[in-house]
Amino acid sequence: MTPSVMPEAARKPSSGFDLKLYGPFLALAALIVLGTIVNPVFLSPGNIGNVLTRTAFIGIIAVGATFVITAGGIDLSVGSLAAFASGVMIVVMNALVGSMGAGLPVILVGVLVALGLGLAAGLVNGLLVTKGRMEAFIVTLGTMGIFRSLVTYIADGGTLSLNSEIRTIYRPVYYGGVFGISYPILAFAAVALVGALIMYRTRFGRHCAAIGSSEDVARYSAINVDRVKLLAFVLQGICVAIAVVIYVPRLGSASATTGLLWELEAIAAVIIGGTMLKGGYGRIWGTVVGAVMLTLIDNILNLTGAISVYLNGTIQGVIIIVAVLLQRGTVARR
Amino acid sequence: MTFRFGLAAALAAGLMVAPVAGWAQQKIKMGVSIPAATHGWAGGLNWHAQQAEKRLEKQYPNLDVVIVTARDVGRQANDLEDLVSVQRIDALVILPFESAPMTDPVRAVKQAGKFVTVVDRGLTDPSIQDLYVAGNNPQMGEVSARFMKEKMGGKGDIVVLRGIPTVIDNQRVDAFMKEIEGTQIKVLGMQYANWNRDDGFKVMQDFLSRFPKIDAVWAQDDDIALGVIEAVKQAGREKEMFILGGAGMKDMIKRVMDKDVLVPADVLYPPAMIAEAMEITARHLVEKAPIQKEYIIEATLVTPENAAKYYYPDSPF
Repeated sequence: MTPSVMPEAARKPSSGFDLKLYGPFLALAALIVLGTIVNPVFLSPGNIGNVLTRTAFIGIIAVGATFVITAGGIDLSVGSLAAFASGVMIVVMNALVGSMGAGLPVILVGVLVALGLGLAAGLVNGLLVTKGRMEAFIVTLGTMGIFRSLVTYIADGGTLSLNSEIRTIYRPVYYGGVFGISYPILAFAAVALVGALIMYRTRFGRHCAAIGSSEDVARYSAINVDRVKLLAFVLQGICVAIAVVIYVPRLGSASATTGLLWELEAIAAVIIGGTMLKGGYGRIWGTVVGAVMLTLIDNILNLTGAISVYLNGTIQGVIIIVAVLLQRGTVARR
Repeated sequence: MTFRFGLAAALAAGLMVAPVAGWAQQKIKMGVSIPAATHGWAGGLNWHAQQAEKRLEKQYPNLDVVIVTARDVGRQANDLEDLVSVQRIDALVILPFESAPMTDPVRAVKQAGKFVTVVDRGLTDPSIQDLYVAGNNPQMGEVSARFMKEKMGGKGDIVVLRGIPTVIDNQRVDAFMKEIEGTQIKVLGMQYANWNRDDGFKVMQDFLSRFPKIDAVWAQDDDIALGVIEAVKQAGREKEMFILGGAGMKDMIKRVMDKDVLVPADVLYPPAMIAEAMEITARHLVEKAPIQKEYIIEATLVTPENAAKYYYPDSPF
């Protein structure tokens, strides 16, 4: 594409078939074949709908994470932020039922609150990284703990549950859909599409890759490094908020365990998808595939009784490593 | 600008870790060490511990209760050291994260001459504790199995959702399996759902795709059960099966009370046991009241008839 700002991609000798680009898709295909062999139910529309709908949260968050990681950063706070934003959204909506009555306006306020929180959290992370001159790892490790404990505090250590009347109105956002495709899947597709446009078609996307590749070179090339990084964190925050908006109607609750380890899953999805953890090279569609693969592994394990449940982690680990090994083409290079 | 901001942050951080506890003299100090609120049941545990703290400090003016929460075994061991050396406690009430690894740290507290109350998870060396207050995990599995046996007439297909891989989970599941042995109840599938709503939802969705006929679900835990309920509703298969959770979460007790056909019963494993342990310990410390060595809390079956007795609408759990 633009070799001048993508030295990592350009330096690789392209031998006709680009493993880095198509590797994740091959791995996904292999996983689908595996799933079908394990249990034919795997390919039923119901199961596929379940899997894709479930993937939406991690997938949407991972699209945001692709920008942060491509720009050489990392955001560990996404899972905690999801829990915190869910909690605040529920508390706000419950509080408004009295004055506004249970209806669409309350939900709209809730959605705005979630989006505002996501935006604010992204700004805080981004400003601490850029203006505070701190490592993204430490900043977001800190905010990860803060958000997680704030939701525990709001929930009094327990679980926050959404008012049942609002729940009834809001529920279709997760369970409903058009033409048999659920809203979470549509939201996921829309976020991925917009993400791909930003990553591949805008200056901001190219600048992310340039900064991740070499911050100094990017700075000498008159790229406003701080602004781009800040924007990447803000995008991430907004993605988390969108995920929250479709997560809350699912179970109508938030607790200290909400979104636990989502940050790791999102980062894993990004890396499985072919984006470099050290930055400089980002693939949105790869991320989408990575997120789907992660959910598929769990799904396949649940659909078979052949493997001891004690070994779930082993299978997950092996599949992730093999998937990444495939695309790095270690075998081919020998 | 940046520098000043950094300085302010450092100052604020310093203030937060500065000791808040004063130097109370002639006071009896009781340390309470429990797992942090990382899942619903532990959340209830924390709430009940805090309620008991308020109640006891009011009842006994010369009693000081210090509650510390830990996220894992290592941190809990550190907490015990701090309670003994920094807080100078007279008695310890502990709900160990895991039995085996916490045995030696608790032994050290005992050897420092403190009164030790162990809650819920027994140590591998029971001679350490002065008092043991616990729920009964094997009995919980047994009571659950017995109820399902009766309700299903001794035959049918069930799925089991397990908790987090721990001794507790094994005890419950082993006892459950032993109790249904010899019946025509068949366990179609078993998966970990980590005492967590989201995982309960996901695992149940997959079980529903995998098995065209399920007569009952043993979710073992109320958080898991709530996720299961949503998945069953989504699949529109509420008429086909019933769900048995466990613990005594208020939402589930309410459903039992309201005669929800999907949730005919619940099995108690009350997080309030921590409050009971703190009360017995405090009474013994302050009033020198005599105590038994063991208090085992029964895994009671909650049905629509007795549900009102176990309903705590104010508890977060």
